[in-house]
Amino acid sequence: MTPFDALLQPLNYAFFLRALAASTVVGLVCAVVGSYMVLRGLAFMGDALSHSAFPGVVAAYLLKGPFYLGAAIAAVGTALAIGWVTRRGRLRSDTTIGVLFAGMFALGVFLFSRIPNYVGDLFGFLFGEILGIGNADLLALTALAVIVLAVVAVFWKELLYSTFDPLGAAAAGLPVARLDYVLLAVIALTIVVSLQAVGIILVVAMLVTPAAIGQLLATSFGRLVAIAIAVGVISPIVGLYLSYWLDAATGATIVLVETAFFVLALAFVSIRRRAQPAR
Amino acid sequence: MADLIPSVDGGHREAPARPAATPGGSGAPAIELRGVTAGYDDRAAVESVDLSIPAGSLVAIFGPNGGGKTTLLKLIAGLLQPWSGTVRVLGGAPSQIAHRIAYVPQAELVDWGFPVSVWDVAMMGRFARLGPLHQPGAADRAAVSAALDRVGMLGVATTQIGRLSGGQRRRAFLARAIAAEAELYLLDEPVTGVDVPTQEDLMDLLAAESAKGRTVVATTHDLAAASRHFDRVVGVNRRIHADGPVSLLSDPEVLSSTYGGHLLVIGERGVLLDDAHHHDSESGSERHYHDAGRKA
Repeated sequence: MTPFDALLQPLNYAFFLRALAASTVVGLVCAVVGSYMVLRGLAFMGDALSHSAFPGVVAAYLLKGPFYLGAAIAAVGTALAIGWVTRRGRLRSDTTIGVLFAGMFALGVFLFSRIPNYVGDLFGFLFGEILGIGNADLLALTALAVIVLAVVAVFWKELLYSTFDPLGAAAAGLPVARLDYVLLAVIALTIVVSLQAVGIILVVAMLVTPAAIGQLLATSFGRLVAIAIAVGVISPIVGLYLSYWLDAATGATIVLVETAFFVLALAFVSIRRRAQPAR
Repeated sequence: MADLIPSVDGGHREAPARPAATPGGSGAPAIELRGVTAGYDDRAAVESVDLSIPAGSLVAIFGPNGGGKTTLLKLIAGLLQPWSGTVRVLGGAPSQIAHRIAYVPQAELVDWGFPVSVWDVAMMGRFARLGPLHQPGAADRAAVSAALDRVGMLGVATTQIGRLSGGQRRRAFLARAIAAEAELYLLDEPVTGVDVPTQEDLMDLLAAESAKGRTVVATTHDLAAASRHFDRVVGVNRRIHADGPVSLLSDPEVLSSTYGGHLLVIGERGVLLDDAHHHDSESGSERHYHDAGRKA
């Protein structure tokens, strides 16, 4: 088999093409939203929200309702609850996140344990099953992705200003508290978009790793987002092929590719810093 | 969600014509606080504050750490709601006229590693008036360019803010206020942590803005800087202890009342020390001052 065949052969399978389309959409949306998350220190929030989607996913499974609706209600609801409890309860936000995300995940496990013979599907929820994605799923995922990107396109300036300088932005009249909620809701929706690709446990890597690479390499927000998008879109393509050839778990392979890019970027930055020491 | 669209018609709103202000004098008040009590959680930081600041003045808010300087600034900026009393700024509630206010936070609170350039920071001054859906256009770029030119930062417009000197960092934020075409500049500790020549440059810029009729209010714990560069001072320590011309800073009664007996450095002259055992005394009349020698 020539390398050319190796690239073309998987494309004969519809499931591979659907997985390719879905994972690049996921990579794109995660890169854009993740760029705001890393600058706000919301990586832990991303991890928490993906776990919080679990009871929604299980409820949808039990009620035979739409997967995306269940996940969206649980994740967005938890996102808004975290914001609300933090504002009202005089607790640090990481405390609120810890309490609510563990509680929601436990609820998911509790519901799931009531289903007989649940082990097989549990693996799919936790680690993703992008090769099993159907046409309807692809459509729903793309529609949600368009909504997320549209919201960011409308509020990119306001989100950037309130991320950089919340006091200055609020004094100038931007509704900073509401923008916080908008961003939380957008993060929650992005997680819902990504769940089937990489699963609950690994979503946070899709969100944070490409943006972290952008932050390592870029000195402007535009370049940070551009680098994040490049890594976010290329990694799933590389990861899908690797997982096909190596017969390895897809979501995990994609995340490992992103992690490898991160290590390369870190090495590059360290070498560059050593090359031009004192500034 | 109507507040998400601060000015749909935005981008072309001009500042209304204002009568020329008399610096430190009797122009219409730009800021008026009446009976204001406010704080955080259930702890009051300022109590029963009455304050009137004329338009066009260059005002320093001084007082001890934790005395309520920043609280006062946040009340004027609309960042903190009073528990009781009223705050009127430029003739309205702070939230109603927010696009006419520019707030510059303490340098310590800014993430200087944030991936934005000097240009980007100044452009943020245009964001509130633009509103969502509207992208910065030629008029905004011209305003940013003019603002950066005014503060002498056009040459470093593309520099990431973390690579700037302390004085340049302040100027980038000042450019944001100018680009916003704000009428009220609120600055938290603008001259803290910068050397004296840099202070002079910054204060010249602020004085020039004040001379154009802008009202400038800055907190400072540097009384030497306050007495050199401002035309009014407000002393705050839970309550307003001084409100008037800079000459108040050379009145020991005013200082002892504001600081309640902490160590002070005043002007070029020397150090005033209060006796420690009088710290809790509210009478003020029995305080002893020791000239602790000239400034090194």
